[in-house]
Amino acid sequence: MRTEIDFCGIKMKNPVTVASGTFGYGRGHSEFIDLSKLGAIITKGTSLNPKTGNKPPRVCETDSGMMNCIGLENPGVDYFINEDLPWLKQFNTPIIVNCFGGVEGTIEAYVEICRVLNTLPIDGVEINLSCPNVKAGCLAFGTTYEGVKEITTACRKVLTNKPLIVKLTPNVTDITLPAKGAEDAGADGISLINTLTAMKIDIEKRKPILSINTGGLSGPAIKPVAVRMVYQASHAVKIPVMGLGGIMNGDDVIEFMLAGAKCISMGSANLVDPESSIKAIAGVEDYLRRHNIDDINSIIGAVEMN
Amino acid sequence: MASKYKLDCEILDTTKIIDGIYKFKIKAPEIAKIAKAGQFLEIQVSSTGETFLRRPISIYNIDKEAVEFIFQVKGKGTEILSHKKVGDIINVLGPLGNGTFTVKEYKKVAIIGGGIGTYPLYELAKELQGKAETTMYMGFRNKGLVTLEKEFEEVTSRVVITTDDGSYKEKGFAINVLKEDCKTEKPDIIFACGPLPMLKAVQEFAKSENIPCEMSLEERMGCGIGACVGCNVRIVTENPDEVKYNYVCKDGPVFDSTKVII
Repeated sequence: MRTEIDFCGIKMKNPVTVASGTFGYGRGHSEFIDLSKLGAIITKGTSLNPKTGNKPPRVCETDSGMMNCIGLENPGVDYFINEDLPWLKQFNTPIIVNCFGGVEGTIEAYVEICRVLNTLPIDGVEINLSCPNVKAGCLAFGTTYEGVKEITTACRKVLTNKPLIVKLTPNVTDITLPAKGAEDAGADGISLINTLTAMKIDIEKRKPILSINTGGLSGPAIKPVAVRMVYQASHAVKIPVMGLGGIMNGDDVIEFMLAGAKCISMGSANLVDPESSIKAIAGVEDYLRRHNIDDINSIIGAVEMN
Repeated sequence: MASKYKLDCEILDTTKIIDGIYKFKIKAPEIAKIAKAGQFLEIQVSSTGETFLRRPISIYNIDKEAVEFIFQVKGKGTEILSHKKVGDIINVLGPLGNGTFTVKEYKKVAIIGGGIGTYPLYELAKELQGKAETTMYMGFRNKGLVTLEKEFEEVTSRVVITTDDGSYKEKGFAINVLKEDCKTEKPDIIFACGPLPMLKAVQEFAKSENIPCEMSLEERMGCGIGACVGCNVRIVTENPDEVKYNYVCKDGPVFDSTKVII
């Protein structure tokens, strides 16, 4: 039984990766699971300089999910290079660094971080064009064909020897447009979906719970939206798709792969159960056994539409 | 040896302390063996999707192979938890938190708790037995909410209880009694847990009197293990305009009161 996946040239043992922002740089989860068993680790969104993020409260529970407005807090790429990267290298797992353009959020800032990442011993770069919780960058580029194409082109120029993955937002009318923007700019792959912009109100206080009023909705609540968008995007582009959005277990992994994802990422599930990624891998293997499937690659996009 | 565990724990005992406040005892030998005063648990209250995130709840007492925690029913999650019965299994992450109360020999210690914030202080008070002369200051809104008076009397040198409305023992806030006592003799350290206004008052008082102070904080939490960085608390920086955060789950929940801005 073969579970290996080649995603944009990144060789993964299985299709299960952990989504940016839900796994930090892996240290918290390493007390519960063997990081070497994962398909890949996608780091917390990292910028050239440290970024503070938003005031508390910045997480809350919702029906079948949660919201966050962390605001891309991170210690900066130098800290990552000195502290986290050497530690992560002890594990036999591809490292994909998620990055963004810092406080500035400009194209130049995206290019600068990509220029640094291009020199590191990492396996891929995911550029975040889809965070709903920051003032600059991300959604300013991420919602249109032209915006995604422009910034991806600029990053592609300096990312000469790493796979480039573009992480897309679901806060659009037509997901195929930003997907094509990424492909036409030379991205190696796309990942979707990031969180849906949402709001939760404390009716006693008549105020939103999160400090910046809105936040990104994640968890099982958004899964059907994500499956639909993965299906649409994977049929609109030729580059491979990493699917995410509310994946909790092996069955969910299979569903995303049938919809067209070549690999997947688990996000909020990591917060609920630090072992959920490992359990999902076991669930995938169980599905393959039950269905006598020799190679997991054969189920990618294998959904038969009515 | 692992420092954190994920365990399916059997509920050994449930006690309704007063309306809406429950004490649960769970079997968790691995956690009980290494847990420190001030640490907390992340409890999965539903495995069928009624709630999504775990509920962070402080450890009340470590008892051989068991751990006790006390919680107030505040919403859907704690409501579901309150209906669990002896013999039921709950999934627990713990012991969580790296910032814990400093248990060592002191001459005189003041412990101050407000409302349900008194519960995370019990294990600390217990561990300080024989190490310090401890006074427990407990503040409640009214007589009906006064809880665990006897339990704290058994493990501390003296218990002071105040109620906001004067319906039981001293009228007013616990910190006012602490302030009065300090006029005669200052404690070596103050340990605090409770509502934000109380913590702010304790923090300010400790600073003005130059008394070391450790406070247990809370914030809405995602993972409990430092991955999502959801539970941020602002920390003191050299440049007061610079905003920097620590995290309640990873760096706390117990903080040096001079290091945080609450």
